[in-house]
Amino acid sequence: MSATTTQAVAQSDMEPAPDYDDDVVRLFILAAVFWALVGMSMGVFIAAQMVWPALNVEPWFSFGRLRPVHTSGVVFAFGGNAVIGTSLYCVQRTCRARLPGRFAAEFVFWGYQLFIVLAALGYVMGVTQSREYAEPEWLTDLWLAVVWLTYLGLFVGTLLKRREPHIYVANWYYLAFIVAVTVLHVVNNLAVPLAWNESNSVSLFGGVQDAMTEWWYGHNAVGFFLTAGFLGVMYYYLPKQADAPIWSYRLSIISFWSLVFMYMWAGPHHLHYTSLPDWVQTLGMTFTIMLWMPSWASALNGFMTASGRWDRLRTDPVLRFMILAVVFYAVATFEGPFMGVRTVNGLSHYTEWTISHVHSGALGWNGFIVFGAIYYLVPRIWGRPGMYSRAALEWHFWLGLAGIMLYVTAMWGAGVMQGLMWRAYTSLGFLKYSFLDTVIAAKPYYAMRLLGGLLYLSGAVIMAWNVWRTVREPLLAPTPAAVPAE
Amino acid sequence: MATTETGPRFARLHGRFERRAIRFALAILIVISAGGLVEIAPLFALENTVEKVAGMRPYTPLELAGRGVYIREGCYVCHSQQIRPFRDEVERYGPYSLAAESMYDHPFQWGSKRTGPDLARLGARYSDDWHVRHLINPRDVVPASIMPPYGFLAATPPPTERIERLMRTHRTVGVPYTEAQLANARADLLAQADPESDGAGLAGRYPKSQQRNYDGRPGLTEMDALVAYLQMLGTLAEFDWRRPNPEWVR
Repeated sequence: MSATTTQAVAQSDMEPAPDYDDDVVRLFILAAVFWALVGMSMGVFIAAQMVWPALNVEPWFSFGRLRPVHTSGVVFAFGGNAVIGTSLYCVQRTCRARLPGRFAAEFVFWGYQLFIVLAALGYVMGVTQSREYAEPEWLTDLWLAVVWLTYLGLFVGTLLKRREPHIYVANWYYLAFIVAVTVLHVVNNLAVPLAWNESNSVSLFGGVQDAMTEWWYGHNAVGFFLTAGFLGVMYYYLPKQADAPIWSYRLSIISFWSLVFMYMWAGPHHLHYTSLPDWVQTLGMTFTIMLWMPSWASALNGFMTASGRWDRLRTDPVLRFMILAVVFYAVATFEGPFMGVRTVNGLSHYTEWTISHVHSGALGWNGFIVFGAIYYLVPRIWGRPGMYSRAALEWHFWLGLAGIMLYVTAMWGAGVMQGLMWRAYTSLGFLKYSFLDTVIAAKPYYAMRLLGGLLYLSGAVIMAWNVWRTVREPLLAPTPAAVPAE
Repeated sequence: MATTETGPRFARLHGRFERRAIRFALAILIVISAGGLVEIAPLFALENTVEKVAGMRPYTPLELAGRGVYIREGCYVCHSQQIRPFRDEVERYGPYSLAAESMYDHPFQWGSKRTGPDLARLGARYSDDWHVRHLINPRDVVPASIMPPYGFLAATPPPTERIERLMRTHRTVGVPYTEAQLANARADLLAQADPESDGAGLAGRYPKSQQRNYDGRPGLTEMDALVAYLQMLGTLAEFDWRRPNPEWVR
């Protein structure tokens, strides 16, 4: 272990480790792997429905009902379990303190799984608020609020118990993730139930105000769930895997506070050219462009942390997962501000380009940083010398990367094509294409996307197999001393 | 590793936060609140956010039930209801959408994706029969369509018993349903899909409501409700989009 390793991280390894609560971390990691398979399979299935509409089985398994199962399954079930699990591992070690409550930790785990199951069953049965990425109805929302506040208490409780003077950078991001998601969840889900025993509710806001509230939420589900939470993963697991300190502490401070401040303003770029007043659109666009800076500052901090260790990308597939994740983070956070410019958005909005952008972030950044963290964690929390199969790591990496490239380029092609065809005119000044022409033209791209998704899913299946074999493998060597006791 | 005792002032200042968990969490809470307060709160206060447009009224009970089907099936996942002020969109879909046109939408249904076309002004463009066939199997009328089929709607009764409660809840959140509209909720729902019934009350309470047997079959189903909703979309607002009201362009 390098002596220059970031203060809090280094000390956790040098002094005798407290008896950390890793049981709940193990549960979260297993759940993340399980939900990855469910969420991604659902993605592949609905991609197949767009190629073969006969796969829509009404009423329960039609595209409109399954799409939120996919999005929630990947974002909240896979991503959520991964971020919560990694945060509980990280916060104990960087604070050198055990989680304050055993029961609270188990409650957060099982409560969160119940939320996922309730939400998914609701979608399939048609119980939805129709708010994108916030589809669960009021009762499920209330349940999540209880679970989430318990998680907040668990996390802050560990911070308060810490035996380190400072709160480590990764925990800033995890804390911002927990606090902001609380605020977003509560405000966006304000609704009046039809009755206490009715599953449906009516949104408190309507029309333009409702649209702004939803996309303030929707954009910051990206900003705080998929960015802040996963930057927490990066700020702990990347330096650990690279065996190096975070490159710049000061850059961390600047990028953290500017990211946290600016993200909240960027929502209106989802509503360019709509009936939302222009002043809100312009304000949202301005902050969207500014957001490029803190995003790239975080990416830079990640890259420079691995600086001087680039040779390890050849030999260390886990570090390679993490670095490639940062590459995709940088790419997606450049593309985002670009698409947030009103005139660019005029072309890209409503098209598959948005889908491409989301997936370069979700598959490349969120997926790969979490895969890296899972491969870092699994041998350590189960006390194994390493992952069961190294070859499987390589297969996962390359299948995943090939899947992303195929997916993202297919949807870029489809999106730009749709945008251009919709606005194309003949020399006589008539619209050149009917809407149906653009549906037909997109079909080959939908097939390509399906193939990309299948490749990515097969990588995740290999990961699940590898994790399972690692966990089930009888211990060949005694647990390394550096790994905290179970 | 820089420590907070040395280095620039902001780093020393930050040391006071990163040593205090509660203070740090509160600082985050304050910093994240700014954006929403500035961008959302004024939308409720500024009068010109939603311009006044003649013809807008709350949905009839049957339309509201149809809208419930639209929400439940996730139609917004593939269809927008928001026409942007572009030449091609106005020519393809009709005049661009005004904020007033969704003022009674709880929640809004603007959508974010057009796997299928925009529906903001779908009403009165196709026949009821086309809609029913299209919903039962889209490929019967549009062979290249990739839309899912919704034939089960023709065998599913609408929420007749719950409609008044649904409308009352809408009134709670600000939709101006009158006492007469609430009292006749169930009757109006039944009447709108039944051309044999007396439609005078319905027409009086809901101007421009269309009374007919939408699915052309006996009995009231969700198919009637959804088609009634689709045939209403974009037909309520009265404005000459070629000559904007001078009040809007002050």
